[in-house]
Amino acid sequence: MSAQIGPQVITSRFGLSESWTLRAYLGSGGYEGLRKALTMAPEDVHKATLDSSILGRGGAGFDAGRKWGMLRKAEPVYLVVNGDESEPATFKDHALIEADPHQLIEGALICAYAIRAARVFIYVRGEMALGLERLQSALNEAYEYGAVGANIFGSGFSVDVVAHPGAGAYICGEETALLESLEGKRGYPRIKPPYYPAAIGLYGAPTVVNNVETLSNLPFVVRNGSEAFHALGEGASRGTKMMALSGHVRRPGNYELTFADVTFRELIYDPALGGGVREDRALKAFIPGGVSAPWFGPQHLDIPLANEKIAEAGSMAGSGAVTVMDETACAVRAAWRISRFFHRESCGQCTPCREGSGWVDKVMRRIEDGNGREADLDLLMDICDNISPGVRWPPAQTTICVLGPSIPSSVASGIRMFKDEFLEHIRLGGCPFPPDRLRASLAHA
Amino acid sequence: MPHLSEDNLERARALVALYPEKRSALIPALHLLQEQDGYVSPEGIEDVAELLGLTPAEVRGTASFYDMFHLEPVGKYVVAVCTNIACMLAGAYELLHHIEESLGTHPGGTTEDGMFTLEDAECLALCGNAPCVTVNWRYFGDMTPERWEALAEDLRAGRLDAEVPPHGTLCRVRRSVGLLAGGAAGGATGPMPAVDVTTSRTTPAMASTVLPAPAGDGAGGAASRSPGTGAQAGRQAGEGS
Amino acid sequence: MPETPERGAAVNITLDGRPVVARAGEMLIAAAERAGTYIPRFCYHPRMKPVGMCRMCLVELKGPRGFSLQPACYVPVAEGMEAVTESPAVKKAQDGVLEFLLINHPLDCPVCDKGGECPLQDQTLAYGPGETRFVEEKRHWDKPVPVSSLVLIDRERCIQCARCTRFAEEVAGEPGIDLAGRSDATEVANYPGQPYDSNFSGNVVQICPVGALLAKPYRFRARPWDLQQVETTCTMCALGCRVAAQSSADEVVRFLGVDSDPVNWGWLCDKGRFLFEALNSPRRLSYPLARRAEPVGNGSSGARAPLAEVSWSDALSEVVTHLAEARGDRIGVIGGARLPNEDAYVWSKLARSVLATDNVDAQLGDGLPADLVAGLPRATIDEACSAPLVLLVAPDIKEELPVLYLRLRHAAREGGTKLLEVSPAATGLTGLCAASLRYRPGELAAVARALSGREKVTADVAGVPAAEVEAARALVASTPGLVVVLGRPSLSESASGAAQAGLALAELPGVSFLPALRRANVHGAIDFGLAPGLLPGRVGLAEGSEWFEHHWGPVPAQPGLSTLGMLDRAAAGRMDVLVLLGADPVSDCPDRALAKQALEKARFVVAVDAFENASTAYADVVLPAAIYTERRGSFTNIEGRVSWLGQKVTAPGTARPDWMIAAEIATRLGRDIGASSLDSVWAEIRRVSPLHASVEPDLLMSYRGRDGVVVGTDGTGAVPAEVSPLDPMAAHGISSAELHPAPPGELRSQLHRALGAGPVLTEGTPVPPPPRRIGLGDLEAAGTSGLPAPAHRAGASASPGGVPALRLVARRPMWDGGTLVQESPSVRELHPPFTVALHPDDLARLGAAGGAALRLVSRRGSLVAPVVGDKSVSPGTALVPFNVPGAAVAELVDAASDWTEVTVERLEAGS
Ligand SMILES: Cc1cc2nc3c(=O)[nH]c(=O)nc-3n(C[C@H](O)[C@H](O)[C@H](O)COP(=O)(O)O)c2cc1C
Ligand code: SF4
Ligand code: FES
Repeated sequence: MSAQIGPQVITSRFGLSESWTLRAYLGSGGYEGLRKALTMAPEDVHKATLDSSILGRGGAGFDAGRKWGMLRKAEPVYLVVNGDESEPATFKDHALIEADPHQLIEGALICAYAIRAARVFIYVRGEMALGLERLQSALNEAYEYGAVGANIFGSGFSVDVVAHPGAGAYICGEETALLESLEGKRGYPRIKPPYYPAAIGLYGAPTVVNNVETLSNLPFVVRNGSEAFHALGEGASRGTKMMALSGHVRRPGNYELTFADVTFRELIYDPALGGGVREDRALKAFIPGGVSAPWFGPQHLDIPLANEKIAEAGSMAGSGAVTVMDETACAVRAAWRISRFFHRESCGQCTPCREGSGWVDKVMRRIEDGNGREADLDLLMDICDNISPGVRWPPAQTTICVLGPSIPSSVASGIRMFKDEFLEHIRLGGCPFPPDRLRASLAHA
Repeated sequence: MPHLSEDNLERARALVALYPEKRSALIPALHLLQEQDGYVSPEGIEDVAELLGLTPAEVRGTASFYDMFHLEPVGKYVVAVCTNIACMLAGAYELLHHIEESLGTHPGGTTEDGMFTLEDAECLALCGNAPCVTVNWRYFGDMTPERWEALAEDLRAGRLDAEVPPHGTLCRVRRSVGLLAGGAAGGATGPMPAVDVTTSRTTPAMASTVLPAPAGDGAGGAASRSPGTGAQAGRQAGEGS
Repeated sequence: MPETPERGAAVNITLDGRPVVARAGEMLIAAAERAGTYIPRFCYHPRMKPVGMCRMCLVELKGPRGFSLQPACYVPVAEGMEAVTESPAVKKAQDGVLEFLLINHPLDCPVCDKGGECPLQDQTLAYGPGETRFVEEKRHWDKPVPVSSLVLIDRERCIQCARCTRFAEEVAGEPGIDLAGRSDATEVANYPGQPYDSNFSGNVVQICPVGALLAKPYRFRARPWDLQQVETTCTMCALGCRVAAQSSADEVVRFLGVDSDPVNWGWLCDKGRFLFEALNSPRRLSYPLARRAEPVGNGSSGARAPLAEVSWSDALSEVVTHLAEARGDRIGVIGGARLPNEDAYVWSKLARSVLATDNVDAQLGDGLPADLVAGLPRATIDEACSAPLVLLVAPDIKEELPVLYLRLRHAAREGGTKLLEVSPAATGLTGLCAASLRYRPGELAAVARALSGREKVTADVAGVPAAEVEAARALVASTPGLVVVLGRPSLSESASGAAQAGLALAELPGVSFLPALRRANVHGAIDFGLAPGLLPGRVGLAEGSEWFEHHWGPVPAQPGLSTLGMLDRAAAGRMDVLVLLGADPVSDCPDRALAKQALEKARFVVAVDAFENASTAYADVVLPAAIYTERRGSFTNIEGRVSWLGQKVTAPGTARPDWMIAAEIATRLGRDIGASSLDSVWAEIRRVSPLHASVEPDLLMSYRGRDGVVVGTDGTGAVPAEVSPLDPMAAHGISSAELHPAPPGELRSQLHRALGAGPVLTEGTPVPPPPRRIGLGDLEAAGTSGLPAPAHRAGASASPGGVPALRLVARRPMWDGGTLVQESPSVRELHPPFTVALHPDDLARLGAAGGAALRLVSRRGSLVAPVVGDKSVSPGTALVPFNVPGAAVAELVDAASDWTEVTVERLEAGS
């Protein structure tokens, strides 16, 4: 089996030495896209983006060009780059920022030009210290080079770019929480309406929020034309996608793959990609799009990596994080660990999310610890039902943001796919999967 | 008397100048404070509050929302062990257990010598090199108990001082210019003070981290393990086509 | 897109299948409530912005893809909206939220202050699941910890609705508490070591939907089911906030704010909320006191006998004896601002028609001339808060009329009202003002004249740079509908500056005024005739004498003296009887030396009061009065709004209402002044005072009339067209909302009753006089009878050490040395320390550091105070708090001067 691996749109510099420097960037076509964009009318740059049909790579998959088109007509306009990447098992933006910060800056500038942004803020997850250093270095170089700041490349267009560190809160990846955080507040997602930052965003001004990967595609789109981009992939899924592969595979890592060209099976088993399940064990389940997504089983392996195909099968492509569990993985522990994540990371505004996440965490933990009761499974499903009525996919939302409705995904997947395993925990009064250091490690948490 | 040093106050004011509204500088200013004191100290909170026109209750309330801000003193090195799904599947709890025993402390605790504070972290975005830990937010992937011991030894001996600065130091590269574009969001603020040309390019730590580094080739042990985030990204330019 | 309908316009929605007319701009939760459908909620508060956090109010809304659950508190009504508030899905969602809220909530209702009136408890009973399915460990926090000296928090009970933190930030602008932590570890916290000190902290206790926030003065005082309640009006300042006074075992134990739409929106200041403690003070006067013959102070001549309890009969006959002997113009009645309207009327009638004196003044030289207040065109609070521009020529509103500060703050932040301030020092509103003109103390009138002028200002005025004055003038000139909040920016300037400012500004077309007089029912006192030259109904003595003689019998021909005039005359030994009607001029008159001398030199002093105070020390007879919550009556606020004062408890001992004391005195003097009951008094008032013809006590006591009636100078009265029911989640604990569901019988007084409809005119009777009116044209004629002659006595001298003399700025803090504050144990220590604040430059010139002791010397007296440097204080001025315990700034003030100058001198350590 050999996967079709297409062109590298955003990772082409990953192998260059000191790829994050201006020298390496300029040596490989850097800033040509921006130079070209600046010779075009902003509307034409916007049109190129629309024509490329690039969907957001941050998880929600919203058409980027359409998003820009929704900006309320008012000044100033801001561009905010979402580099908060904290969705468990997602590590693509981390790589893009560290390996190719200039590409991100260039993409952001192209967007800023198209929407006539007054300022660009790149919100980088605080823990990414090296990424912040490389990005700030790159920005300093870009300023000196004339690619950022006043009268960029003599075009008359001026814009400043500010790199802004986060401080450790998953919810700040949600775009409205990110804006609050950028305004120096607690990262509380904003209640909708207004539905989009495009109407009321940063400081109440119309704002575009785009993901790091989304913007990193723009230099290619402008340089090579929207047709070149659109030619990759099919249906609504165009271009390439960074797939962050983790878990029980031989070669975990980031892979840039052309949309729809590759199936999950290829991603996991191709020797040039995942290289197969660790120690040739059987695949038990995999999470196709981050921990908010319902799990898939072996029967889903032949689904191609395309947003709509994954959605049809009852889950989501999300941010492109694929986590593989082999037969040695405990489904209860995995689902519990994800519940614990949501419990710790709920911002705490909405009652169902704040209290429900904690409740689910505690019950799941009790089952994993061997103190579960059979009635707990119904209880868990009912708590999930109270968090997101119906426990269906896509989930019903009764909370301010979609973190809440994401809580049930792993719990319901675990219970639905591996009910016996849950019951076994309850019967045995403990976890059947060794080794188990978890209890000891958490006794003090 | 302000608690922030002269230099840091000036840096904080320069940060404020980057945003249309003062309060936006809150998180960067708190990082600055944490860089100075090793934690978000009460005295510093009052300075930051005054600088941004907030009450200390607001500054503390906001700071406490974010995991990276420590409102109590911590060890010289904050060791965050990711135990989220990908790392857990790669043995993160076993690793955490080992580190707990080895350091004699538990998540949330600090070793008696004040050297390490241990944390049990959510996903740190280095899942391709699971399990991973960060030490003062410098990444170390593909961690094993043995490599942890070597890393701890290097840290204690000061061999990694260049790569792993004291707790609180986030970005060692300073912005080299203020706002230049002006425009609707605010006027140009001209050059920033204290431009440090030596750090505005490449820091020693960055120079010593190699990227990409293929997984598992162990170039020089844990100490020089790079965040191999790009290790298998797509096909390398050389091997492509 | 369909056009957005105008705010308030009718919007048709379908609620549970029935058509409902909502108002554009309101949230579904509010529209449903008005239509009688109560949607449960926790975080929503009708006076704050919705945040949609608790998710209790989820209802089903029809959208393009069918019905979905949405928070009713966060969905504005829209034409054609279809909402279902009762369906299995809604019920399940609400049950779920309640269950979630309870999993971490302790089950300590039996020992919780809120137990029995707790929305969480109530809604659990109404909507909640039967038994708990939560067997895990609950969240733990340390049990009640203080967030301030008045408020504690029990974080285990907190349901994270953020009502308190939102109030602190959004409503009061004092974010001294904030949410901290994340997820289910979110807590409400002040900054360690910095208590949540706010003039409004009690509101967070009232709006907390559970027993997480607790007020120290109420904690463990009563159980809700023991509480009795009456709705009344707060009399702690002149704003007239609606309150529910609650008692247990005949003791007032709690005040809660009632949402009065035109006044307080449910808020109270801490003074209004917590000063009930004074009612229960063991030092309340319960029996009359008089000085009995033998002096005890062995030997020293002139020592007076101590006050001792006597019978009412003895006390009154002593009073009457002195009154009978005195000539009318040698009798003075000082005070009356504490009195309800009815009592002010009866005392006013007693003074004029029985005692034959017009020397009556409810203000203590610390207010504005009453005829000016009565005569200026008046704005309502709502009018001020919706005006495009409000000019503040006033004391610090945040300290003196605290809830007006909340209203103005809201207007400035949410309503598009611009604020402009003229003040010698920064105030609580300065931060919200478009500009704040810092004039030199004593020269206010010049600034006001410049602002009212049509000419451009080209030179500095009273120390304010020309450009600033000109910008403000231009703004005033170009903004029609100006409202001036007029009061005394500093008590160490004479009233004439503010009075002249008012007169000058009255020339602006379309201007109206909201008086910023602080003391309780001072407007009732003015409107009912406790002011020299002013008869009930804001009628001038000259214009009204014929009418009043017809009703009352002879009244004095000449206008009498103001308080300062009476004190002056008494100090000169020419006053036979001074009546202190709930007044303490020694503490409250800006000129303490004058007050003391006057009381010493008056032949006979009778005080009617609830407490002994600095002035009763000079009284020969003290008569105990029943005060608020102990008697019924009515109240007039700064807008001229008359509202009802309810009674809940019995007065201590033999204390009785002031009107009864007046009636008794009249009777003993052989006159019947026709005051046999409150009803008879009101009946007479409506006959005699055209201004009050439309005010019916029955209406005031009713549910419909709870917001009171604004009396208009044209004899009309306006009651709100609609009184909304109280939101039980905004006013939990208040039960009177249901006590008077409708006015008794027909609403006899229709809105906008025409002038003259009250008094019956028969041939030969005089025509009722019009109320006083100051407007264009008659400014000079209007005069300022209450004004002392403005006479600044020059003589600025340099302080030792070369620092020029400083002009004093004296302002009242909310917490001060006032009797009621000092008799309330929970708050008596909350006053600011006595310090003098100087601009750092002046401080440097003195060579003093913050904390050093300074001696302030005026031509009247001297005081020693620690100094603080404060950049907000204008150079050349010294800012001091008026009347804080331990320091009487009034010792320094010469009330007859336009300003008070002090020299400052640094004391060596230890001296
Ligand atoms: C709980 C939550 C966490 C999210 N985290 C991230 C994130 O870390 N990075 C990101 O780009 N988008 C994240 N998103 C999605 C953003 O809200 C937003 O859709 C995205 O940044 C838009 O950029 P795009 O259109 O370019 O994808 C998150 C959304 C939610 C609800
Ligand atoms: S759903 Fe959860 S994370 Fe999202 S706003 Fe509500 S409480 Fe916060
Ligand atoms: S969410 Fe509507 S009342 Fe709380």
